[in-house]
Amino acid sequence: MSTATARQTKPATMAQALQRAMRDAMAEDPTVHVMGEDVGTLGGVFRVTDGLAKEFGEERCTDTPLAEAGILGTAVGMAMYGLRPVVEMQFDAFAYPAFEQLISHVARMRNRTRGAMPMPITVRVPYGGGIGGVEHHSDSSEAYYMATPGLHVVTPATVEDAYGLLRAAIASDDPVVFLEPKRLYWSKADWSPEAPAAVEPIGRAVVRRPGRSATLITYGPSTPVCMEAADAAQAEGWDLEVVDLRSLVPFDDETVCASVRRTGRAVVVHESGGFAGPGAEIAARVSERCFHHLEAPVLRVAGFDIPYPPPMLERHHLPGVDRILDAVARLQWEAES
Amino acid sequence: MTVQERPGAAYQPTPPPAWRPRTDPAPLLPDAEPYRVLGTDAVAGADPQLLLRLYAELVRGRRYNAQATALTKQGRLAVYPSTTGQEACEIAAALVLEEQDWLFPSYRDTLAAVARGLDPVEALTLLRGDWHTGYDPREHRIAPLCTPLATQLPHAVGLAHAARIKGDDVVALAMVGDGGTSEGDFHEALNFAAVWQAPVVFLVQNNGFAISVPLAKQTAAPSLAHKAVGYGMPGRLVDGNDAVAVHEVLSEAVARARRGGGPTLVEAITYRIDAHTNADDATRYRGDSEVEAWREHDPIMLLERDLTARGLLDEDTAQAAKDAAEAMAARLRERMNADPVLDPMDLFTHVYAEQTSQLREQAEQLRAELEAEGGDAAQGAHGAEDEAR
Ligand SMILES: Cc1ncc(C[n+]2csc(CCOP(=O)(O)OP(=O)(O)O)c2C)c(N)n1
Repeated sequence: MSTATARQTKPATMAQALQRAMRDAMAEDPTVHVMGEDVGTLGGVFRVTDGLAKEFGEERCTDTPLAEAGILGTAVGMAMYGLRPVVEMQFDAFAYPAFEQLISHVARMRNRTRGAMPMPITVRVPYGGGIGGVEHHSDSSEAYYMATPGLHVVTPATVEDAYGLLRAAIASDDPVVFLEPKRLYWSKADWSPEAPAAVEPIGRAVVRRPGRSATLITYGPSTPVCMEAADAAQAEGWDLEVVDLRSLVPFDDETVCASVRRTGRAVVVHESGGFAGPGAEIAARVSERCFHHLEAPVLRVAGFDIPYPPPMLERHHLPGVDRILDAVARLQWEAES
Repeated sequence: MTVQERPGAAYQPTPPPAWRPRTDPAPLLPDAEPYRVLGTDAVAGADPQLLLRLYAELVRGRRYNAQATALTKQGRLAVYPSTTGQEACEIAAALVLEEQDWLFPSYRDTLAAVARGLDPVEALTLLRGDWHTGYDPREHRIAPLCTPLATQLPHAVGLAHAARIKGDDVVALAMVGDGGTSEGDFHEALNFAAVWQAPVVFLVQNNGFAISVPLAKQTAAPSLAHKAVGYGMPGRLVDGNDAVAVHEVLSEAVARARRGGGPTLVEAITYRIDAHTNADDATRYRGDSEVEAWREHDPIMLLERDLTARGLLDEDTAQAAKDAAEAMAARLRERMNADPVLDPMDLFTHVYAEQTSQLREQAEQLRAELEAEGGDAAQGAHGAEDEAR
């Protein structure tokens, strides 16, 4: 097969890339088992597991009883016996019944057994807003996961990363909370499933767009918004760098701080609430490490500190291009001249 | 009044189209009385070697409980939830399992783990406070002693399910207290087990109390074994102080699971003679007369009486069991009196497969602090290692 055909690309959605990642992982490793509510016959309510039960049988792609703690709890036992469960939580806010299992067992089992019992579990959680969902269908719960030692927390922003990160998550010997920005499920990109980019280990951020005036630090569903903001900022004469974290835990201090030291200014952008949110941690880390390079305080553009609003009001809550540009303006550009 | 009699009723009621009972509940229901063997002719059929083994293990278990409780008073253990009075359940749980089977104990079930062959000191690691789990669960096929109530039950189901998927002959036995049956995880585990027909046995030790709360405030069910029926698995009720009965009921349940017959819920009626832990004042919620009544139904006494009456147990054999228990206690005392050697740097070793840069930084910080504190504070392996250099 020539390189030319191998590199052939066609439009694919993030949901397709995720599905492909599970399919490839299941084909390569018989210990990979997908489980959750409606993941089998239906292929998941977002169709992310479409076709897996048909291809691999119901034992490897299992419609479980409707019980999140039970799903994750039984996955713990399966992992104890050498399987690699990939668990789907149907929606962000429906993962909460499983928190006890996640925090008390999934995250700690390696530690409490001094490494004897790793938990190679991937917990897929569709998260975030912007799809007009009713209550409990739009939460951004990443801060809860980030605050739990023992978990990796990753979230893709592109079709390519959806595949690569999910492959890395399933291959990881540690538990990974894999946050899927459901608003981006149907986002498309030219992508070659036959030759996906090399699967990188979890923990590296990426500079999506280089720039000199300021750094937008973001991840998941806010990444395309930041890219758009960076385009719009050019009209103002601002050349914004966009860093997509991809992994919230572990956190790539190196890439983030290198960027901020270059630009001297930073705005953290995410959908979840700002108070005690991911941006609070990121801003603190950046301030601690880059203080002498900073020309302005690190700002946060986050969702409001409110329960996720009803769909007709969510556009007021979600950080959009204007709010990001306002923050960039508050970084006091005149100081530069 | 029937529908026909009701004025204006013009149709014959029929059940909804999809209605059919999935399982006949009758065979799933527990017997009205807890199953008992001791003091009846049924014991005659039991293997004498098994009876004597049960006896020796019960005696050893009782001594273990006493020794561990004493160790808490000497400050050698942070806490010990005693199973004095419950030894029959603990021992039977350990003895019915084959080598390849798995035990999923609750925080109270140290004795079951020891009876299964775990090093007594390793079994006490959690309660001693030097680490969370002192053994490799895979090596012994004993899950870590589980502190949050009932959360180990879905683990047992998942493991049994995984073993069956792999084609392995493995049964999981999961233990839980009466209070733990009120937790959501108990419900979810039983439901998953029944739907998946997983080779699991659930053993509820109903010892009367969840710390201070009596069973009547915990559940309105006729018995905890009755709960099985709603999930579609058999419930069995057994006298938890009758070691032979518990062994028999658990053996049957394990055998059933092993041949693909699915899960069983066993409720053993027993009693916690000691307080919840050394930190508990049991006089606040129960009277002496209640405890005394249960002392008259002590598991060791019941077995001893029956075996003696049958001429299976003589004084020499009984003494030999006591001597073996005493020797075990002496060894345990001695080993527990040695200070555990801890390396503070271990704090960062097993959080992730590969240390994150954040944890590396924090490990460096602690290392510097230990070095600054000098040899005095940097005790244990880390300090010793440094001194050796
Ligand atoms: C989820 C959870 N809630 C509360 C506790 C605190 N707690 C420890 S033991 C206990 C009572 C347990 O009673 P039971 O299940 O009957 O078991 P027993 O102690 O009698 O063996 C409680 C409430 C706990 N360990 N886990």
